[in-house]
Amino acid sequence: MTMNRRGVVMTLFLITVALLPIALVDQPFYIGLFSRAMILSIAAVSLNLLLGYGNMISFGHAVYIGIGAYTVGIFAYYEIYDGFIQWPVGLAISAVVALIFGAISLRTRGVYFIMITLALAQMLYFLGVSIDEYGADDGLVIDVRSEFAGLIDLEEGIAFYYVIFFFLLLTIFIVHRLTNSRFGVVVRGAKSNEVRLRALGFSVYQYKLTAFVIAGVICGLAGLLLGNFTNFVNPDMMHWTRSGELIFMVVLGGLGSLFGPVLGAFVFLLLEEILSDLTIHWQIIFGPFLIAVVLFMRGGIDSLLGKSTDD
Amino acid sequence: MIEPMLKVTGLVKSFGGLIATNDVNIDVAPDEVHAVIGPNGAGKTTFIAQIAGDLRPDTGTIQFAGSDITRLATPKRARLGLARSFQITSIFRDVTVEDNVAMAVQAHDGHSFRFWREARRDPQLRDPARAVLKQVGLDHRCDVVAGELAHGEQRQLELAMAIATGPAMLLLDEPMAGMGAEESARMVDLLRSLKGNVAILLVEHDMDAVFALADRITVLVRGRAIATGEPHEIRDDDEVRKAYLGEDD
Repeated sequence: MTMNRRGVVMTLFLITVALLPIALVDQPFYIGLFSRAMILSIAAVSLNLLLGYGNMISFGHAVYIGIGAYTVGIFAYYEIYDGFIQWPVGLAISAVVALIFGAISLRTRGVYFIMITLALAQMLYFLGVSIDEYGADDGLVIDVRSEFAGLIDLEEGIAFYYVIFFFLLLTIFIVHRLTNSRFGVVVRGAKSNEVRLRALGFSVYQYKLTAFVIAGVICGLAGLLLGNFTNFVNPDMMHWTRSGELIFMVVLGGLGSLFGPVLGAFVFLLLEEILSDLTIHWQIIFGPFLIAVVLFMRGGIDSLLGKSTDD
Repeated sequence: MIEPMLKVTGLVKSFGGLIATNDVNIDVAPDEVHAVIGPNGAGKTTFIAQIAGDLRPDTGTIQFAGSDITRLATPKRARLGLARSFQITSIFRDVTVEDNVAMAVQAHDGHSFRFWREARRDPQLRDPARAVLKQVGLDHRCDVVAGELAHGEQRQLELAMAIATGPAMLLLDEPMAGMGAEESARMVDLLRSLKGNVAILLVEHDMDAVFALADRITVLVRGRAIATGEPHEIRDDDEVRKAYLGEDD
């Protein structure tokens, strides 16, 4: 089997990520940074399913991170730490919210779709801000991470790292299969020519809505991981600017490419880290960088790896 | 007489003060090529849009294959066997020719909530797609990205997609538009080879093509069907000559 440049780079990248904890045994800071990058990669890959493949520019995707994280937080608040309860509930709520939000927003197009996804997500943000019981603005501290009947201990940084790594690989694999399936053909077709798709006999709305729910559930998973990882949840996690950051990770990495959003999330976090070390005004550098990428690097980082193949 | 495939009764559509479709009645037999002609602004595109389901008529009914489809959404009409080509070529430009046709096959091979198996390697989609491409003479272009095809070939591809859905009726909106003489002739041959097996409603400006293919012709002028008949009747109709064909034609 021959491998193209993209395949080689991504394999090396994943091997590096897999071996990192061994190289950085006594560097919890970097383990943490990469854990976070992987979690946001999962969110970015799920957003790419909408943005890159389905041309659904959702500006409220961080809401599912909030839902996942709040699920862990609220359960922990009531001293229910069992992950076998927390996680299925978190994913189910993500699915239901995505179904409702998708059913409403997918009736609109273009700028209206963007604005409605943003507005719906902000509703949940303000809900979080207004509920005093769950800390309002300040959020909740998650003092105990999800427990899995002793099978795996998320309090152990390295074990947690590999749990996240596993879910990242799983997410990439699932999205890869999805986008190349019959379902994926329809979703991609909707990006390319929706009028034609309908004239062929596809009821496009149902397929887009399904994609919207799948993306919401995967992003909800990222939220479950993030809540556990940060030991904390607050409304800021689902603020629209967070959704904007996710969009940027996808665009930076490469819209509609399988691994692009992972690279985008890593580069985004590393740059944020490096620049904020240099100066507290790091956003003055970061902002123009983002603009330059959008203007001059069509196809994002992924395009540097050669002409895109069909995954 | 056998039951028509398409039966349009008393169709009316107006936009503000403009009546774009004014009490139009048309029927198309299952083995008939029925052409709709008319000068620019006659309302041909509005008419086609109502049959395809992109526009709702104000009044009137559209029956297709025995059922009333007047209020049915476009995809459902397509699944009943109403396939169309667009006036401006409408294909998936960023994937290959074969991918395009395979999507048409997929649209009529049950639902597409199939999430796991790779569609591009599914012989159930690819084999019929290749067969149709051979039928329209594009089989040597299977792996070309559709957007890179010549204009005439894109029109052929669009027709291939329509055929691949296994339709009971083709709704063709100016299939010869923008084609050279040679390409037009090839398209006429292709349509002639389909004749009899599928009902065809053909909107076309190219009069040579219309008279070569049509069993019957309906002339649309300012939203009204002023005449319907066999080609020789239409050619000899005084009103049609005055309104459309021109005195010296």
